[in-house]
Amino acid sequence: MALDDRKSGFTFVGTRPDRPDGLDKVTGRAKFGADMSAPGMLHGAILRSPHAHARIVRIDTSKAEAHKYVKAVVTRADFAEVPFKPGLEGEFWNVLENVMAGEKALYDGHAVAAIAATSALAARDAVKLIEVEYEVLPHVTDVDKAMAPDAPVIREGAADYSVPEGVHPNVVRYHESGHGDVEAGFAEADLVIEDSFVTEATHQGYIEPHACLGQLGADGKGELWCTTQGHWIAQKTCAALLGIETSQLRVTASEIGGGFGGKTTVFIEPVALALSRKANRPVKIVMSRSEVFRATGPTASASMDVKIGMKKDGTITAAEGIFRLQGGAFPGAPGDMTAMCAFAPYNLTNVRQVGYDVMANRPKQAAYRAPGAPMGAFAVESVIDELCKKLDLDPIDVRLKNAAHEGTKASYGPTYEQIGLVESLEAAKAHQHYSAPLKPGQGRGISCGFWFNHGGETSVSLALSEDGSAQVMVGTPDIGGSRASMALMAAEVLGIPYENIRVTIADTATLGYNDVSHGSRVTYASGLATIKAAKHAVEKLCERAAAKWGIPVDAVKWENGCAVPSGPNAGDFDPLPLAEITANMGSTGGPISGHFEATPEGAGVSFGIHIVDAEVDPETGKTSVSRYTVIQDAGKAIHPAYVEGQYQGGAAQGIGWALNEEYIYGDDGRLQNSIFLDYRIPVASDLPMIDTVIVEVPNPGHPYGVRGVGETGIVPPLAAIANAVSHAAGVRMRQLPMSPPRILAALKQDG
Amino acid sequence: MSKFHVTTQVNGDEVEFLCDPRETLLDCLRDKLNLTGAKEGCGTGDCGACSVTVDGRLVCSCLMLGVEAEGKQIETVEGIADGDVLHPLQKKMIEYAALQCGICTPGILVAAKSLLEKNPNPTEEETRYWLAGNLCRCTGYDKIIRAVMDTAADLREAS
Amino acid sequence: MTGGQQVVEVDATTTGEILRELVRRYPQLQAPIDAGVSIAINGRIIASGLSEPVPEGAEVYLMQRLRGG
Ligand code: FES
Ligand code: FES
Repeated sequence: MALDDRKSGFTFVGTRPDRPDGLDKVTGRAKFGADMSAPGMLHGAILRSPHAHARIVRIDTSKAEAHKYVKAVVTRADFAEVPFKPGLEGEFWNVLENVMAGEKALYDGHAVAAIAATSALAARDAVKLIEVEYEVLPHVTDVDKAMAPDAPVIREGAADYSVPEGVHPNVVRYHESGHGDVEAGFAEADLVIEDSFVTEATHQGYIEPHACLGQLGADGKGELWCTTQGHWIAQKTCAALLGIETSQLRVTASEIGGGFGGKTTVFIEPVALALSRKANRPVKIVMSRSEVFRATGPTASASMDVKIGMKKDGTITAAEGIFRLQGGAFPGAPGDMTAMCAFAPYNLTNVRQVGYDVMANRPKQAAYRAPGAPMGAFAVESVIDELCKKLDLDPIDVRLKNAAHEGTKASYGPTYEQIGLVESLEAAKAHQHYSAPLKPGQGRGISCGFWFNHGGETSVSLALSEDGSAQVMVGTPDIGGSRASMALMAAEVLGIPYENIRVTIADTATLGYNDVSHGSRVTYASGLATIKAAKHAVEKLCERAAAKWGIPVDAVKWENGCAVPSGPNAGDFDPLPLAEITANMGSTGGPISGHFEATPEGAGVSFGIHIVDAEVDPETGKTSVSRYTVIQDAGKAIHPAYVEGQYQGGAAQGIGWALNEEYIYGDDGRLQNSIFLDYRIPVASDLPMIDTVIVEVPNPGHPYGVRGVGETGIVPPLAAIANAVSHAAGVRMRQLPMSPPRILAALKQDG
Repeated sequence: MSKFHVTTQVNGDEVEFLCDPRETLLDCLRDKLNLTGAKEGCGTGDCGACSVTVDGRLVCSCLMLGVEAEGKQIETVEGIADGDVLHPLQKKMIEYAALQCGICTPGILVAAKSLLEKNPNPTEEETRYWLAGNLCRCTGYDKIIRAVMDTAADLREAS
Repeated sequence: MTGGQQVVEVDATTTGEILRELVRRYPQLQAPIDAGVSIAINGRIIASGLSEPVPEGAEVYLMQRLRGG
């Protein structure tokens, strides 16, 4: 591969050392969200709406307040005063409305009041004493029904500029893009297939429920400990919702027990702070699993129409898709992302995509790994598979024929830089899985997937100690071993052993702003920042060496952890190791550290291909996945074991989404499966080993070529599995999840 | 609230606590004994993050009441290492990168240790079924299963 | 929004200048730009930065602001 010469230049990057926080995590010592307590701490509990849509007529908290263990009760009124930031607008307003209901409860589980009591049990008991009078309103939870003319209006005036006239007010954002002439393209095709697809909402299903411990005084100064993907966004949002200055709230991120996008916003954190302000004591809130399902941010559900035209030789002549995404009772469903990603793997002359953001009486959706992309890929890649089948073409060959490459005008507009789709498809085709014989009853499916990846605001600070070790402070919580990647990249630049570097997730008071750990940005952006901060420190190390030797600084270079003279006039000096420079840095100019504060742009898009073998039991309708291979472009794998882990984890979540997981709402608008027994995520015995191939086509936007790897892995599974099921059972599944009853129904319909 | 006085053994140490009859063993371990290694992922016995052994049996501590711990011997993740020497399973979990976020890890370690005590030579299928009560959302289980089976192989060789 | 034009030429050296110039010429673009846009310069996607340099003759593409999980 193109990187080979560059790869041989790495000493640490690309190796697989033990992660720095490994010991803490295998001994039970690591402190997660719910593991913290404080002297005098109270426990919070939240009262939630049992109705999907209801006007809140009256809240009577007197009985609860009279309870002997209760120290504070809050409702929306406790958030309304905003001395520093009057007029909460836009997303802040939405988040406030979601954190604590205003005039209306908008979904089953919507918070309406909260209390703090001296014990968790007392809090749970006393919260029931709060009396709420509701006027129940008609509700809607389905995306297509929410767009129908007679659908109840969730919030008048929520739509933005983009929505065309005459559309139902529940449609709040509209996206349309593409190029060429799709009608002309369809006319050129030998075969056109048009089909409709539906996916249900799923939940990120992180095993750690949301938890926080907050303290806020009457002086407007506060402390917050919470499990989050981004403590700066938590700081900013909580401060806005509580009307205090951002800098007066110090937020510390706990170890985080999974997020996948679901911990990129706040739910209980402002509530704990509001309770604390009232009770003047620290307040801890820990969600139950059922609260996590009912009242955090699942994915959007989707209803989609896709039409693709193909020539007999496999050339796609035109593609068109309409993607309607339901994202709960607030704007934000990623219909635009779905639309932009859906056809992104292909080099298309004629393409048009439309995305809708639709509100319904469900919890406010949050990001879930490549938000919006998996649904669109399910629809598009299913139709391509059907075309391949009808035209008797090899599915990988067809994708190769149409694959986007450097210079292709992407379906979403710009021209691609260097990308790794063709390389990934070729690796998939060459993989022994693709040519392995299938057992009777098995079917094989493949799918491509695309995701943008993200840079985002980033600060990193690196300080050298006098013994020659280094501490790196980053602001992106470590969800999947990122401390290890940071240490590897710092080691690479400094030339000191990986073990001599300690990476800490800094709190909001000790480092500049950092965006959340999302958009697969951590290894890319914090990595780039770590490299630059380390280089910054190296510059200073070279200056000290130059001063010692009495030569110009440009006659000093950094090699294998030492300053060495370089160039004809540098003179002859022994290499000066880092530790010797730091040993007396106090007397040669003071502490040496390096910084980076900027917004790295150029995250580099990535593509993946999944190959799946599946079997369907015709008696029960149960699908088993018998073999699974992930091929994905990582740009450059810093710690390959954790890159593999991201691929495997994405695939497993995708398998759950495809086969089992869904939000089930009753006619009453209540969520019917809010525990893990009923919302069943894949367990160890459901899955095979998940094979991985790391393709490395370097991202021109990163010094080591890194692309984000966290999200793309969940894009292909839905379609890959649906395609495998279609080949195994002979039925095209148009609705997810492909649960046994749905498969049985499809088999029956098929006759 | 009238509380019960409970005396029990945790990781070999005798401990006492007062608990409400409604509090689970998990609540007591975490809130009264400060042993926060066992995690609450669900509270309904579905995730295994709270796994401990009670008199050698693997249980979900969220499904057992604190008062039922009276006179029992309880082992938690905090007791798996022998002082500062990690159990081979702990080492292998790190070496295989078998944890990403690590919230499931305490439960997986307790459950896997109990598997290897019962069955030193588990097949992949047996390992997968034994750990089917321990949810991991990050890893897809691949590296966890490999770490456990490789530990089993090492332990067999050593004995 | 740009009077039917899909492609426009503007003089600017940074992403921020491009947006300002576009709004000056096409006030209707204020709403979508306020709602959040990402800009691709010769294929490199700039999620939100307004000070990214734009080389002479670069292909610049406006798209909806990207988000992630
Ligand atoms: S917390 Fe006990 S099984 Fe989930
Ligand atoms: S490592 Fe995160 S749940 Fe297992």
